[in-house]
Amino acid sequence: MQSTSSPTAPHLPTPNLSHLSSGQDYANVYEPAEDSFLLLDALEADQSLLLETVRPQLCLEVGSGSGVVSTFLAGQVLRTDSPPTDYNSTATLYVATDINPDAARATRKTWLQNGLPDHSLQLVNTRFTEGFHPRFCGTFDVVVFNPPYVVTDPAEVGSHSIAAAWAGGIDGREVIDQFLPMIPTLLSPRGVCYLVLIAQNRPDEVVSIMETHGLRGEIVARRKAGIEYLSIARFSWP
Amino acid sequence: MRLLTHNMLQCHVKKCTDPALNFPLQLQDIELEQVETEENEDLLLNLINKVDYNALTTTAAQLGLVGLPNAIPKDPQADPAFMTRLHEVLLETNITQGKMACRGCGHVYTIKDGIPNMLLAEHEI
Repeated sequence: MQSTSSPTAPHLPTPNLSHLSSGQDYANVYEPAEDSFLLLDALEADQSLLLETVRPQLCLEVGSGSGVVSTFLAGQVLRTDSPPTDYNSTATLYVATDINPDAARATRKTWLQNGLPDHSLQLVNTRFTEGFHPRFCGTFDVVVFNPPYVVTDPAEVGSHSIAAAWAGGIDGREVIDQFLPMIPTLLSPRGVCYLVLIAQNRPDEVVSIMETHGLRGEIVARRKAGIEYLSIARFSWP
Repeated sequence: MRLLTHNMLQCHVKKCTDPALNFPLQLQDIELEQVETEENEDLLLNLINKVDYNALTTTAAQLGLVGLPNAIPKDPQADPAFMTRLHEVLLETNITQGKMACRGCGHVYTIKDGIPNMLLAEHEI
């Protein structure tokens, strides 16, 4: 990944997650791990792109889990004391969905714990964006999804519990493959989508699939974490 | 959830396809609260483009929330009374518990802890 910032440039602070406990909350909600943090790093690396070019008015996170990603996007990446333009991040609306009701509640807790306003986050307990009015097609400026990408028995896919956070079935692609055709229906003309993948998901093939949907894709971040080779794919209109 | 969220959702039962009936969902047995929030003009202008205003005024009337005009003023920014009322209805009116029923197929979605549950069973998708 190319970066113009100096290696000593300070990272944006990770959201405060002290209100979530390993015994209680993380029994039912995915605890942020290396995959989550690589996604935060990719969003941070794109801060200028997001603030200057995308200028998001409507953001969507599918599978928001603990809420760490949306909270970081809203509270750190887009909210800056010195916006490069007249972009007003407080006018941005956020939508977060999760199939797991405990995760949806955790998302709101994290959002509020980090001082973000309740009314700017629209939380819905659903699969992907099911139940949203069709007028929101093509209106999301930022779409983020850390999907269940782990290779598992297909029978484990489709629960509404914490297994929904990781169980990806064959090649870890079952939920990802349902989501891919939705990306072009969600993205606004200037929109960008970030998707977490591991090597077993075949990121290059995912990028090729999105090209058949007319979207340009690239891998913008990579990291080895334990046994996982993680990457972040970014999609946008050419 | 704020009334804004309600304005974004519709019934998505597979056979329920009449746009005149599957949106907006009918709020029932709801617990309402007003949450005082700072008014944000840029956010309201952003939302004016995203809200289905007819559905909003219909729902507001059903809840007894008066004071929204039948149509969005031509220059909303120049109408502070409208902006404030829109802010109060859309972003300060919070539904903590209740149900949303489809006027087409009758499906009922529940709202719990302020979060709407739009999940359907396999056979309904």
